[in-house]
Amino acid sequence: MLKNRFIRQLFSSFLDLAPILAVVLIFQVLVIGKPVPDVARLMIGMLFVVFGLCLFIQGLELSLLPLGEAMAYDFARKGSLFWLLAFAFCLGFSAAIAEPALVAVAEKAATSASAGHVIEQTQAARDRYGLGFRLTIALSVGLAILIGVLRIIRGWPVYYPIFCAYGGVALITPFAPAEIIGIAYDSGGIATSTLTVPLVTALGVGLATAIKGRNPITDGFGLLVFASLAPMIFVMLYGMLYA
Amino acid sequence: MLEWLVHFALKLLETCRNILPIAVVIIGFQLLVIRKPLAHPKKIVVGFVFVLLGIVFFLEGLDMALFPLGNLMATQLTTPEFLGVNPGLQPVVWQNYRWVYSFAASLGFATALAEPTLLAVAIKVDRISGGTIRAWGLRIAVALGVAIGLALGTFCIVTGTGPYFFIIAGYIIVIIQTLFAPKLIIALAYDTGSITTSMVTVPLVTSLGLGLADAVPGRNPLTDGFGLIAFASLFPIISVLAYAQIAHNLSKRSLSSKL
Repeated sequence: MLKNRFIRQLFSSFLDLAPILAVVLIFQVLVIGKPVPDVARLMIGMLFVVFGLCLFIQGLELSLLPLGEAMAYDFARKGSLFWLLAFAFCLGFSAAIAEPALVAVAEKAATSASAGHVIEQTQAARDRYGLGFRLTIALSVGLAILIGVLRIIRGWPVYYPIFCAYGGVALITPFAPAEIIGIAYDSGGIATSTLTVPLVTALGVGLATAIKGRNPITDGFGLLVFASLAPMIFVMLYGMLYA
Repeated sequence: MLEWLVHFALKLLETCRNILPIAVVIIGFQLLVIRKPLAHPKKIVVGFVFVLLGIVFFLEGLDMALFPLGNLMATQLTTPEFLGVNPGLQPVVWQNYRWVYSFAASLGFATALAEPTLLAVAIKVDRISGGTIRAWGLRIAVALGVAIGLALGTFCIVTGTGPYFFIIAGYIIVIIQTLFAPKLIIALAYDTGSITTSMVTVPLVTSLGLGLADAVPGRNPLTDGFGLIAFASLFPIISVLAYAQIAHNLSKRSLSSKL
């Protein structure tokens, strides 16, 4: 049974990569017209990605996701606002810290910051910068989920806070150092990746289902967009402090 | 072999540190606030071990395959021989880089269309909207949005325009669309952008941008290399809101013509 499921998961992880491989192959053959250099290493790396993704998702489905979903329902029914908000913040914060895509990109950002002489060219400086970057994002994702949960409970329309965040981004960008803007804009999308999306969606939909008069579709969604806007603003502030 | 084992152990340790907070939060809140014992402790432990090992393998594969792949495509599509220009003579002409834009667009379209999370959400929306918003329509709208976003994003990198102008313009469009869009779809449309940025696409697109900024003369990875993800998460919002608007208007018209 487990073996069967494992193979099925392996296959679906491969399907995640298939469109990328197809596009790359088509361009390589039809447009570039040259063989792919160092193809063996790429293939082994791809196998690692598929295998890792498969284990990761399988592991999530065994542990974090069912627990997180059950807890979202429990907290929504428990009715204690303080604990619900505390849970929302902690969930957003810790999910962003654990997010593998963010770990990888934070490293890239630190490397390019040190190559561009924004920070010192030592491993320690890069690690510190990367960790600060990730903590900033985690803090803002936590805050965003907290505000988003408050919105679902109070029944505010989704677009008020979004429009405010848009305004915030538009206002802060001209004052942010040039080298942080691109990475700040990206940080929101990076933070809401494979780990955060299912957990946060479960929390939102769970809450909207548990509270009377809320619709899971109109109210349950909309948490993620906060989680992807707040880091933009906070990372720009982080860059301004660092400069 | 030993070297590799040490490397593996270090990665495992680092991943343990990263995954620890969420384990503490979930289990801590479960035991201390909800005060219920964990339902299947053995399953949960196995799950956490899977997650840990999965992340280690994934990050390793990322360094070996996905990061180099994005960089490789960016480099190959921008070499002077491929562009057919004389290196060092002409300033950057953005039209020369059309294959870069089409590669980014195809990549965005294909990955968004195949995204499993999006599929699940699309089916749910189809059912809840009573078939006004079709699952396939929604998926194609998202895929088109990601494709246009990435093409524009690579254009920004090539020209060195920076994301600010286009992103703010996008925000204004979203605000205007929100005022007219059917209420049902708004929150969902906002979230679609985040759904399409998965663990696989984020590293690939990031390295594509960095590689591009490295390869195009006069661009700098630090200031120009990032920003593609932002485009890929904003433009699906616009395309989904537009699709919902059209679908909504069409269904209203067909209703009134039946009456």
